[in-house]
Amino acid sequence: MSTIANLENATYTQWAGFIDDIPVFADAQGFIRLLTGQEKSVNVHDGLLCAAPETDGKALVSGGEDGLICRLDANGNVSLVHQAATKWIDKIATGPAGTIAYGSGRRGQIILNSGDTREIALERSIEGLAFAPKGMRLAIARYDGVELQWINTDRSNQFLQWKGAHTGVMFSPDGAYVISLMQENALHGWRLKDNKHMQMTGYPAKVASMSWSHKGKWLATSGALAAIVWPFSGRDGPMGKAPKELAAMGKIMVTRVCCHPTADMLAVGYENGMITAVRIDDGQIVSLRREHNAAITTLNWDKAGTRLAFGSEAGEAGVITPA
Amino acid sequence: MNDITGQNQQINEQPTTPKIPVTVLTGYLGAGKTTLLNRILTQDHGRKYAVIVNEFGEIGIDNDLIVDSDEEIYEMNNGCVCCTVRGDLIRVLQNLMKRRGRFDAIIIETTGLADPAPVAQTFFMDEDVQTKTRLDAVVALVDAKHIMARLKDSREAEDQIAFADVILLNKIDLIDEPEKAGLLAVLAKINPHAIIHETTRAEISLDEILQRNAFDLTRILDDDPDFLNKSDHDHAHHHDHDHQCGTDCNDESHAHHDHSSTHGNLDTSVHGTTIETVSLRASELDPNKFLPWIDKITQIDGPDILRLKGIIAFKDDPDRFVVQGIHMILEGDHQRAWRSDEARTSRLVFIGRNLDREKLERTFAACAV
Repeated sequence: MSTIANLENATYTQWAGFIDDIPVFADAQGFIRLLTGQEKSVNVHDGLLCAAPETDGKALVSGGEDGLICRLDANGNVSLVHQAATKWIDKIATGPAGTIAYGSGRRGQIILNSGDTREIALERSIEGLAFAPKGMRLAIARYDGVELQWINTDRSNQFLQWKGAHTGVMFSPDGAYVISLMQENALHGWRLKDNKHMQMTGYPAKVASMSWSHKGKWLATSGALAAIVWPFSGRDGPMGKAPKELAAMGKIMVTRVCCHPTADMLAVGYENGMITAVRIDDGQIVSLRREHNAAITTLNWDKAGTRLAFGSEAGEAGVITPA
Repeated sequence: MNDITGQNQQINEQPTTPKIPVTVLTGYLGAGKTTLLNRILTQDHGRKYAVIVNEFGEIGIDNDLIVDSDEEIYEMNNGCVCCTVRGDLIRVLQNLMKRRGRFDAIIIETTGLADPAPVAQTFFMDEDVQTKTRLDAVVALVDAKHIMARLKDSREAEDQIAFADVILLNKIDLIDEPEKAGLLAVLAKINPHAIIHETTRAEISLDEILQRNAFDLTRILDDDPDFLNKSDHDHAHHHDHDHQCGTDCNDESHAHHDHSSTHGNLDTSVHGTTIETVSLRASELDPNKFLPWIDKITQIDGPDILRLKGIIAFKDDPDRFVVQGIHMILEGDHQRAWRSDEARTSRLVFIGRNLDREKLERTFAACAV
């Protein structure tokens, strides 16, 4: 049986995961809590809107309503990375070597760990940010497509066009594909070597969460009454193939997915607060958390894949250690 | 998109916390939006507001929680040009709702040139916004002194009036009585359903503009059974049998209109307005004819239909069926049983441009049992 350590946050859990193997929970009010020997709570923002762990897992970078970007380490020490203009900072991404990108309306910046910055200035609002695996390029989701901006050169952006509002973006682990989330209950993908398009549609709800399996063979997504898992192992990615529909629990919408770091399985969070784990091969399900009142908003495994941190819309949060 | 059956509403109906009401303020620069906003925020009503603005005006807004966002109109990728939402509002509302304890209601102040349709449609087309918030009312501020000139050169000013549930005819002290009468007639022509208040320096009892539930058609019809009759005064006079006009009738909207014929191009040359209203009326309808009909009408003419509202009597159906729409978005639901003292009359009103009155009248009539 799984063991669950539960925390009660005041508000919506924006991010739950592990920083240097310490469970860390960031809530929308701006408090970040660390589950060390004793619980430690740090007020980092007046309103926290986005958070992402650094790629080495040693710190959590966050942006907020206060226009601040902060960095918190596993000891709970907070440093100010950047103070932006007056608008909300609601998008953030991290890349290799401590690179950070943030978005605030139509403006944003790439902050290199040398302290140098590069401007992001678009005609449309920044809806999503993701660094390529090697960190040389930044994908920026916006209306009508995804911009690919170089980190170190002034070469102009490559624009991956597809009509409609793109509200989030991610690279595949091998950097071969760019996948975006769309306003109209779909994903869109581009294969970068030939700009071939992939449409992944049929979702009954907006897709809010996607996660790559550890070797990049599968892309798991939320937005349906099951975890929708697309095969990417073939030459043409998921084109012409049906996705797997896993971990369906009746008429309960999946709101969050997170693939395991070492095995072909994923954790699945639902709109009623339930959490399961499911094996991709045979679809076998293990229940990890029973129904509660609020939707799961965040799920992250620790490095070894032995513990799962979760958080909900109502601020419930905790760590599950599957048996 | 079309959700005429109301089935979605049942799925979304979870026993959760009530939806946060959102009031949208529209109006041209200088009409008095900031004055009204500050009036709302500083009055001692015990309610806390979050305010979303698209541009900080020169005069400050006195509130703790103001969010500045870049206006983003997103066309939905479904081949329909009028299916637009405001991407910035989706994001800001989602983020605001993560800390809902901070406020009791939300006010959106749009820019003078903003199109109100994407703002309103956001509340019907985005599931995240729809489950947590509800559009309470669209309040338009109109500068009494300058609106006539605005209407001549801008479509936005007209759209804002057409979309409004409540209109504040502000700076009323700057015009004389004949000007006012003319203005009221124009407003009634563009939007016969809006409640119009004449104000000076945006002075108004806040009950008149907040917590209106104006988009809840069920409530409107219960509070104001005459709601859908109002437009009849204006345009559909020839087949309006409820309203008898005597010599002492002082309904402003009568004064300047010719009701006898050519409704389609009524007055447009005089006032420079392009929006008109078509009011339809019939006895009992056949749902198997009406539902496909309204679906088709909104699919084909959606871009020209700004708003539609109606109450329908279906044959063998004890309950009133209410319907409302914005462009191609339709919502319909059963409301309550017809009372024994009520005539089972179906009424439907379109506010829009280039409406084909003859076609609408003919095809609507064909839905009768």
